[in-house]
Amino acid sequence: MAEEKFDVIIVGGGITGCVAAYLLAQAEMEVLVVERAEEAGQKAVTGGRMYGHAMEKIFPGFGEEAPVERKIVRERISFLAEETATTLEYDDEEMRKPEKASYSILRGNLDPWLTEKAEEAGAMFIHGIRVDKVLTDDKGKAIGVLAGEEEMYADCVLLADGVNSLLAQQLGLKKELEPKQVAVGVKEVIQFSEEEINKRFGVKDGEGLAWLFAGDVTNGAVGGGFLYTDKDSVSIGIVETIEEIGYGGLAPRDMVERLKNHPSVRDYLTGGELVEYSAHLVTEGGYDMIPQLYGDGVIVAGDAAALVMNLGFTIRGMDLCAESARLAAETIIAAKEKGDYSKASLSLYEKKLNDSFIVKDMKHYRKMPAFIDNHRIFEQYPGMMEEIMKGLWLVDGGEKEKFFKTAMGAVKKVGIFKLFGDVRKAMGAL
Amino acid sequence: MAMTIEDKLGHNRFNVDSSYAHIHVKDKCDDQKLVERVIMACPAKLYSQREDGSIDFNYEGCLECGTCRVLTHGRIVESWDHPMGGMGVAFRKG
Repeated sequence: MAEEKFDVIIVGGGITGCVAAYLLAQAEMEVLVVERAEEAGQKAVTGGRMYGHAMEKIFPGFGEEAPVERKIVRERISFLAEETATTLEYDDEEMRKPEKASYSILRGNLDPWLTEKAEEAGAMFIHGIRVDKVLTDDKGKAIGVLAGEEEMYADCVLLADGVNSLLAQQLGLKKELEPKQVAVGVKEVIQFSEEEINKRFGVKDGEGLAWLFAGDVTNGAVGGGFLYTDKDSVSIGIVETIEEIGYGGLAPRDMVERLKNHPSVRDYLTGGELVEYSAHLVTEGGYDMIPQLYGDGVIVAGDAAALVMNLGFTIRGMDLCAESARLAAETIIAAKEKGDYSKASLSLYEKKLNDSFIVKDMKHYRKMPAFIDNHRIFEQYPGMMEEIMKGLWLVDGGEKEKFFKTAMGAVKKVGIFKLFGDVRKAMGAL
Repeated sequence: MAMTIEDKLGHNRFNVDSSYAHIHVKDKCDDQKLVERVIMACPAKLYSQREDGSIDFNYEGCLECGTCRVLTHGRIVESWDHPMGGMGVAFRKG
């Protein structure tokens, strides 16, 4: 084993690692994936939803064949106050088309399938070994990895080791994460039966709901909640920017309880059984957080490369992982053909990324992280919505103020100029 | 009837590595606000403060998220690594 030299060693067997391994192995390259989990998926946590388009390009029929949970056919966004919810719901027949579809995902189901795909294509996997170091020659070119006291060599190393990529930091490609750039996600998986999910959420087999929450759930801190219907469970959780921890006085772990017990949510969960409690960092710094993506003999992809889009109301990452893995694989295949794995040769990866939806979309949303760093959005607007809605819907037989007056009163509490200013900034960020 | 974090962690699978602590934490930190924030931040509630003000941390039950490292950068967390291969939390759902 120590004598063998691979074309590529991939660190991390998640979506990025598996997709790259699959494509490289299909191109007849010798690929080794080193994953620290004992079995595929055991170190992965998802916020719940994957857009299918990137995977459909790589695995045509992905939505039909892969062990996704449910196709998302209903979007719901709720602004929560303590006892109220103002909700926007959106159904769209187009969400059922494979190229536009998104799916709720559990990585414990998806990652073993992806691993199998890559293995069938000829990639080798080692599970249960941690990579401690990327080995470099005296000129600083990556030549392999040190893993579990064993040295393994390759022409190229692909870092697909996730948001906490200590290896990219070691190589000086990426700086330590800043509290402003990442959020902590805390999630529970609550078990029901498939029929029970259908009944509670008004969906049919194979179809489901994505539900996002802002406001009361974080007690005004920058962040929000999410709920995704899985096949026979519900994934529910919260995300809070790390810098915000302490603001509002609520611990992230308590936010999950607060969300679960909100009057608009709790009845959906009655009788369900908690089967797993997880946490994970979520990259949300946007375009300006993208690190150095390549070096001599090394490429960084997926979450390790901070290729995650912060859309404000939601965070999108897994389709970017798959696409960046595809572009990394193309770059490495081209490097092999040239017999040149130098930094200059691997810079093709950055060009490909710049031409892809990844960087284009991330640039479009570049201002979003700065825009959402504004407590009015999380603290005051949900209350404003509540007041307006109360004026519209609640009747108790007492004299009722004219609706316009109520609405203007609610707006004035926030400040008309502040509101217009935020709307203008929102239009800029979106 | 809210579940405690201990109850919640009880539903997870862990391969506890009793011979290797993947996170090392300083005993003391002058920034009391930061101590309170890290206690609040840890989703597994593994940080606490003893009566004498020193910091208590137990890596068993760690969900390996990295929040404490990002929040306290060398001020409370001294070193942070992934557990050894195959050790630590093993998510079944993820």
